[in-house]
Amino acid sequence: MSGRNILKRIDWLSVFIYFALVFIGWINIYSSTFTDEHSTIFDFGTLYGKQLFFIGVSLVAIVIILALEVNFYERFSSVLYLLSMASLLGLFVFGKTIAGATSWYDLGFFNLQPSELAKVATALALAKYLSDIQTDIKRRKDQFYALLILLIPALLIIPQPDPGSALVFFALIFVIFREGLPLFYLAIVVSLILIFVITLMFGTIWLSIGLVLLIILLFGFKRKSLKIPVIPLTLISVAVILFSLSVNFVFNNVFEQRHRDRFGLWLRLEKDPNKLEQIRKSIGYNTYQSEKAIESGGFFGKGFLEGTRTKGDFVPEQHTDYIFSTVGEEWGFLGTATVIILFSVLFLRLISLAERQKNAFARMYGYGVISILLIHYFINIGMVIGILPTIGIPLPFFSYGGSGLLFFTILLFIFLRLDTNRLKESF
Amino acid sequence: MRKILLSSIIIVIAITFLGRLSYLQIFSFSTDHVLEDPAIKAVYDYPERGYIYDRNGKLLVGNDPAYDVMVIPREVKPLDTLEFCDLLGIDKEKFIDKLRKARVYSPRLPSVLVPQLSKQDYAKLQEKMRKYKGFYIQKRSLRYYDTPSAANVLGYISEVNEGDLAVNKYYVQGELKGRTGVERYYEDLLRGRKGVQYIQKDRFNRDIGPYKEGAIDTLPEQGKQISITIDKTLQEYGELLMNGKRGGIVALEPSTGEILSMISGPTYDPALLVGRERSKNYTKLYNDTIANPTWDRSIHAQQPPGSPFKTLNALIALQEGVMDESSTIQCFHGFYVGKTKRGCHCGGGMRDMNKGIYMSCNAYFAGTFRKIFEHFDTTDEAMDVWEKHMRSFGLGDYLGYDLPFGQKGRIPNKEYYDKWYGDNRWSSSYIISNSIGQGEILATPVQLANMTAAIANRGHYFTPHILKKIEGKDITEPKFTEAKHTTIDPKYFEPVVQGMADVYRKKGGTAYWLQIPDIEIAGKTGTAENFTKIDGVRTQLTDHSVFVAFAPVDNPKIAIAVYIENGYFGSRYAGHIATLMIEKYLKGEITRKDLEKRMLEKTLEAEYAKPYSGEEFKINERVW
Repeated sequence: MSGRNILKRIDWLSVFIYFALVFIGWINIYSSTFTDEHSTIFDFGTLYGKQLFFIGVSLVAIVIILALEVNFYERFSSVLYLLSMASLLGLFVFGKTIAGATSWYDLGFFNLQPSELAKVATALALAKYLSDIQTDIKRRKDQFYALLILLIPALLIIPQPDPGSALVFFALIFVIFREGLPLFYLAIVVSLILIFVITLMFGTIWLSIGLVLLIILLFGFKRKSLKIPVIPLTLISVAVILFSLSVNFVFNNVFEQRHRDRFGLWLRLEKDPNKLEQIRKSIGYNTYQSEKAIESGGFFGKGFLEGTRTKGDFVPEQHTDYIFSTVGEEWGFLGTATVIILFSVLFLRLISLAERQKNAFARMYGYGVISILLIHYFINIGMVIGILPTIGIPLPFFSYGGSGLLFFTILLFIFLRLDTNRLKESF
Repeated sequence: MRKILLSSIIIVIAITFLGRLSYLQIFSFSTDHVLEDPAIKAVYDYPERGYIYDRNGKLLVGNDPAYDVMVIPREVKPLDTLEFCDLLGIDKEKFIDKLRKARVYSPRLPSVLVPQLSKQDYAKLQEKMRKYKGFYIQKRSLRYYDTPSAANVLGYISEVNEGDLAVNKYYVQGELKGRTGVERYYEDLLRGRKGVQYIQKDRFNRDIGPYKEGAIDTLPEQGKQISITIDKTLQEYGELLMNGKRGGIVALEPSTGEILSMISGPTYDPALLVGRERSKNYTKLYNDTIANPTWDRSIHAQQPPGSPFKTLNALIALQEGVMDESSTIQCFHGFYVGKTKRGCHCGGGMRDMNKGIYMSCNAYFAGTFRKIFEHFDTTDEAMDVWEKHMRSFGLGDYLGYDLPFGQKGRIPNKEYYDKWYGDNRWSSSYIISNSIGQGEILATPVQLANMTAAIANRGHYFTPHILKKIEGKDITEPKFTEAKHTTIDPKYFEPVVQGMADVYRKKGGTAYWLQIPDIEIAGKTGTAENFTKIDGVRTQLTDHSVFVAFAPVDNPKIAIAVYIENGYFGSRYAGHIATLMIEKYLKGEITRKDLEKRMLEKTLEAEYAKPYSGEEFKINERVW
């Protein structure tokens, strides 16, 4: 396919949103790392200069991705996967430690984070495995292998330690669901999370009462002829209550105090407002500051470079994980809503792109891309605006960081490249 | 189902995020965030507090520079502690302790090490200061009082507390605010407006430049110079006379309502509440709950007014046409209520209004009171009319002067007695004490002075006030410059005024021997019974000595009320003080040195000590 055809068929809406997000992201990095010692935006000694350099690198990567043969990605996905797993393993020997996590290779001019590469490789490998003609996701064995593809990078990343990045791989389960993994699994996971949260918030007794009420509600008004499944119901109830009790036990005896504090803060378990305020200012310091910064922006924001809390460096890690708080402070609700809408439109657009693929590999990879981007977006913004506990992962296209921007770009544009070829069932 | 699962999740997340963001940015957002923003420091430029002058332009309150020794702990270098402590005039332990506290507060920010050095200490220290790194001297301004008097009127300033901060957003921690008197009432004028400079800070609290290039900074606005209506000479003289006595003196200019002097005894030197000894002195004054020097009796002490109140009953009788000035009532060295006899000091005989007033005949006014009530069909109706007239003299309610509210006194109404005795179960005989200013009636000295001014003006008064000029310009506030008219027709005042003049003029007048040469003066004595509990037993104390007067009789320049607690006869302490004050104000000179000497020397301390002595209380002892 000629270059002109690619430009004609590429999904310009996605490309436009990508550039919009990268641009807004850089503006905010500029603002949050800006100092009054003026220098040009091309000064690579500054963080915004460095980020601009990586935007340039990403542009080069986009050109290369679009120029490569479309079946290259499917063909080399296994190799890429193995390579990236090897690079994760290599960290145990050659890794560079920054802020307590051994997650980087020191390449001299910049630090490479192989877990970012692993996200792309895993999404490709999973798509490849699931789209294989011999794979039947209804089979237990194949389900297991599919899950294994996700679990290996996750398990390699957890000991770095970087639980946030490891969590990202579990998002790829959505791809498997899309391809036919029974929703029963999802229901179980969601129920377990619900039981966990309800137990912490209201205790086992209220949970049991709620359970009984739920059963009465479900079966109380049914026709008499219908047999009520007494034995399974009893078993489920017992299981739920046992799980709930074990949650209490684990929370109080296995968790460390800092974990308890995080959950306590998240679910507002501490009822004494003074103590809660204290926890917010110590354990939840970052989130507290970022919430306050966002709040102080109001509807219209304080304006570009006018964010006082941003200028004063009140929000730690503001140019990386907490970049969204800069948007909140300087651009107000208008800015934050714009970013949320841009991301949502991008995701919905990518879903429709994925759904229109004739080729199974492209569709599954598309879902992989969406899952990965979505979980970053959800956890990051959720944390910054204080509705999720603190889990340090970056906001795609936004947060400062070379590896992150480069591999998110690669992740997205491989899919857009596959999409240019959507009319063909095989490559 | 599977296809829309992910789309639904995306939409739910978006709605959740937008909901949370609108909660944070739209509903929790407050506009006055500049001062709450930890990233912005406001640096204040305080204008000098306005000076206060008396009515003749004499300085009462100014400002004095004071010097605080400040320290920034981080910048302190090793020093000769002994020499430095010697210069500062504190001991070494205290110095080390203060330095430690400052470091705990903040190593980077300045703390006060030694507050308010005297000028002498400052002079000694100044030249050597550069030797001590990390210490510097900060000049600030303290109130300076050019008079030892008028503490109750001027009030004092002190640091704002939590309550002030919650009520008024203008103030920030550590600022000063007027607490009582003029300093409080005219706080906004005197204070001016501080200038603000906003500084952008980083999270280590370091300055990193002006916020918004100084676009929202403001310049300070000077405090206003004000003149108050007090006559400094008269005020100081009155406080000398008040020596060793408890009570209040209020002198007004009847033609304007200006407060010439407002004295509360015992009082204190306003300079006590300034400087390093402030809190020690304040505690001492505040804890004196018996003499209560911080309690301004001139506006707060509500007491039975006694006989001066008779003049108002006379006016009501004339207005309602129940009597004229020649109507007579027989005094039997007292009068009868049912079968009980109530006494009278006037000597007995037929009394008309003139004699009734200048001899202060209880029987005459009891009769007058009865006649007022008999004039109406029902007691309720009579009570309403009587109350309306009384209130028109500014009694029984807040007067509305530009000082702390004070107390409203009490003019009882029919509801009051209905509650006390039951509906329709009382009559004028039950409340006959009101005729002579006893019973349920209460008034503060300033109310009595105002009542006297209304009589002096023959039927109207101006709300008493303390502010005369702002920056040299007379006040124009209608509340103070428009006359309030009483419900008594001006033509009925003359007989009452003549009766009051005869108090001085006629032999047998209760203040005959207190008249001032060359000045026609009108007044009325009062001797008010009062009670307290000693060891749980209701005991009658020595009578309060009360006097109201105005002078000259025609075209009055001063109206005065003097209330001396437990001073016995009205003509005794209160009468002396009233006549001396009037002479001082009108002539500037005292001709009757013997009277003056007596007042300056005689005190009532022994009388005040009696209820606490543990001995049996002896009432109305003859002291002189």
